[in-house]
Amino acid sequence: MSDPKSLDPGAIPPAGSPVLAASHVTKQFRVSGGHITAVDDVSVEFHAGKVLAVVGESGSGKSTLARMLLRLMPVTSGTITYLGKDVTNIRGAELRAYWRDVQAVFQDPFASFNQFFTVGHMLRRGMGAAGLSAETLDELIETCLGYVGLKPADAVHKYPHQLSGGQRQRVMIARALMMNPKVLLADEATSMLDASLRVSALNVLQHLRENLGLTVLFITHDIGQACYLADEVVVMEHGLVVEQGTTDAVIFDPKNAYTKRLLADVPDLKGSLKSRKLD
Amino acid sequence: MSGILMRASNVTAVYAADTGKDVPAVDNVTLEVPDGQIVGLAGESGCGKSTLGNALAMIANPPLYVVAGKLEISDTEIDLSTLAKGANEVHRGHRGATASLLPQGAMNAISPTLRIRDLVVDVMRAHKRDTTKAEALDRATDRLKMLEMPTRVLDSYSHQLSGGMKQRMVTVISTLLNPQLLIADEPTSALDVSSQKALIEMLLAMVEAKIMRGVIFITHDLPVLSMVTDRLAIMYAGKIVEDGPTEELVNNARHPYTSALLSSVLDPTEETRTKHVLGIPGSPPNLGNPPSGCRFHPRCKFAMPACKLEEPAFLHEGEHEVACWWAMEHLNETVPMEVNQA
Repeated sequence: MSDPKSLDPGAIPPAGSPVLAASHVTKQFRVSGGHITAVDDVSVEFHAGKVLAVVGESGSGKSTLARMLLRLMPVTSGTITYLGKDVTNIRGAELRAYWRDVQAVFQDPFASFNQFFTVGHMLRRGMGAAGLSAETLDELIETCLGYVGLKPADAVHKYPHQLSGGQRQRVMIARALMMNPKVLLADEATSMLDASLRVSALNVLQHLRENLGLTVLFITHDIGQACYLADEVVVMEHGLVVEQGTTDAVIFDPKNAYTKRLLADVPDLKGSLKSRKLD
Repeated sequence: MSGILMRASNVTAVYAADTGKDVPAVDNVTLEVPDGQIVGLAGESGCGKSTLGNALAMIANPPLYVVAGKLEISDTEIDLSTLAKGANEVHRGHRGATASLLPQGAMNAISPTLRIRDLVVDVMRAHKRDTTKAEALDRATDRLKMLEMPTRVLDSYSHQLSGGMKQRMVTVISTLLNPQLLIADEPTSALDVSSQKALIEMLLAMVEAKIMRGVIFITHDLPVLSMVTDRLAIMYAGKIVEDGPTEELVNNARHPYTSALLSSVLDPTEETRTKHVLGIPGSPPNLGNPPSGCRFHPRCKFAMPACKLEEPAFLHEGEHEVACWWAMEHLNETVPMEVNQA
C-alpha cells in the first residue's frame, strides 16, 4: 500500500475521545395495526481512531441504527451527538457539513456506481461543488486512491465493470475519503467479497485507522471479521443492544446467551468436521 | 459408475466476447459427485464456479456457450456440447428433474405480488403442464412437513418472510421434482450465521431423506463448505486445481492456492486477533489470455521454473488429487499455511 499524504491533522479528534454517540435512540416503523420497534433505546459511543463493530442477525436493527447515525432516517426518540453537539435535528448547511464528516460505504459497490461513467469522472463529479481546481482535484484523487492501495492508472480511466469486486469497494472507500471524513461507516461493506478480497478490504480499513486516525463503524453479521478488525463490539438482537464491550471480552468471554448462540453458530473450518450431523 | 452419481467430463464453457475471441471460463474440467454426497466447489470470484454450475445444470444462455463436455448422471449420458448448437429442447426434460440449479440470489427472484404457493404451482407446471393446483400444493405441503417446516409459509408473500426462510423455500421449491442432483450456487452468502445453519441442516436432511442423491454446493465460504460437504474441489482461473475429501483437504492442503484461501479465513479465535493476513497477492488472471503453465504461478510463493513452462497434470494421492509442480516435488507434504500471513 502506498504511503499516503496526511489529511488536515487539525481535523482529526484526539485518539480515544468520543466522536459520535447515539443516546437512548429508538426507531419505530408504522405498520397496519400498530408499529414495530426496529431499534429500541440504544446507546453507543464511537471513539476516535477506533473500530466499533455492530454484529447481529439479519433484522436485528444494525442497518437502521446506521441510517439514523448517518442522518438518512429520523429517530423516533433519543439523540445523536457528534463532537459534543446534538445533530439529531440539524438541517441545511449544518447537515451537509455533517454528511461531509460522516461518510458511508455500503454492501454493493456496483450499485453505487453509474456504469456509463469512468471511475475518474465519478470521483471528480462527487467533488464538483467543492470548487477545487482540476490539478488539486487530480492530486486529491491520487492521494485518496493511495490510501486504499490503488494507483490512478489502476482505476480512473476504467469503467466499474472493468474493476474487480475488491477494487470497486476500495474505490468506494477512496471516494468517501475525498471528503476528509472523521467517521467512516461501513455497512456490510465486505459481505459480497470473497475471502481474499475481504481480507484486503479489511486491511485497508485497518490501515486508515492506524494512519489517519479514522473512526470506523463496521456493521457485519460475520463475527470473524469483527474479531479481526474491531476494537469494540456491540451485539444487537431484535433492536436491542444485548452486549457490548471490548472485542476480546465480547467474543472470548461472552456473558449474554444470544451472543453465545451467535458465536456457536459460526461455521468453524476445523471444529465442524468433528460432527457431520449438526447439533 | 459404481457409487458415482454424476461424472462431468472435459467440460469447456466459453463466453463469446465482442473482440471475437472466446473467453474460456471453464476449461476442460472433470468433476465427480459420489452417490449421496455433497461436493463443494470453492475459489475466488470469477474463477468459473458459477459458470460450471450453469453448464452442469444444462443452462447456457448467450453469451455463455458450452463447447465441449459430457455429463453422466446415473444411467443417463448427456452431451453438453449440443447446448451450444441450439439443442436446448433436448436438455429441457433434464432440467429440474435430472439436475436442478438453485442460482445465486434466487430468494430475491420471488415475485413480490404472488404468494409462495403460486410460485410452487408455476414451477411445477413449467415442467409438467398438466399438474393441477391441488397436486402441486399437496406435494409442497408434504415436502415441508417432511422437513419439519411450517406449511403456512405457502400462504405468505415474500416480504413477509425472513431472508433465511425465503432461501429455504426456494431450495425446497427447486427440489420439488426430486432432481438427482441439486446445484446450489452461493445459497448461504446473503444469510447470517443462524440462517446459514438452518439452511445447512435442511440440506443435510434432504440428502438423508434421498430427496436428491447429490449436491454440488458452490461458495467461496470455506468454513460453510467444511461444515456441509463430503468432498471439496478448488477452482482457479477456470480449472480445478485440487480435489479431495473435505477433512483431508482442509487439514492437508496440497496446492498453494488452497492453502492461501484457507489462510484468508477469519475465525473468531484468539489467533485471528493477533495475526495480520495479507490476502492472496495480485489478481486472478484474464481468462482470455491466461498465464502459461500453471495459471496460479504469477501469484504463487512456491513457483519454480517448471510452473511457468508446463501445465501440471493431476497427481493422485489416494482420494486426493492436486495439479501442482510443488506438490509433485513434495509428496504428501502439506503446503505451509503461513504462506499468506505477515
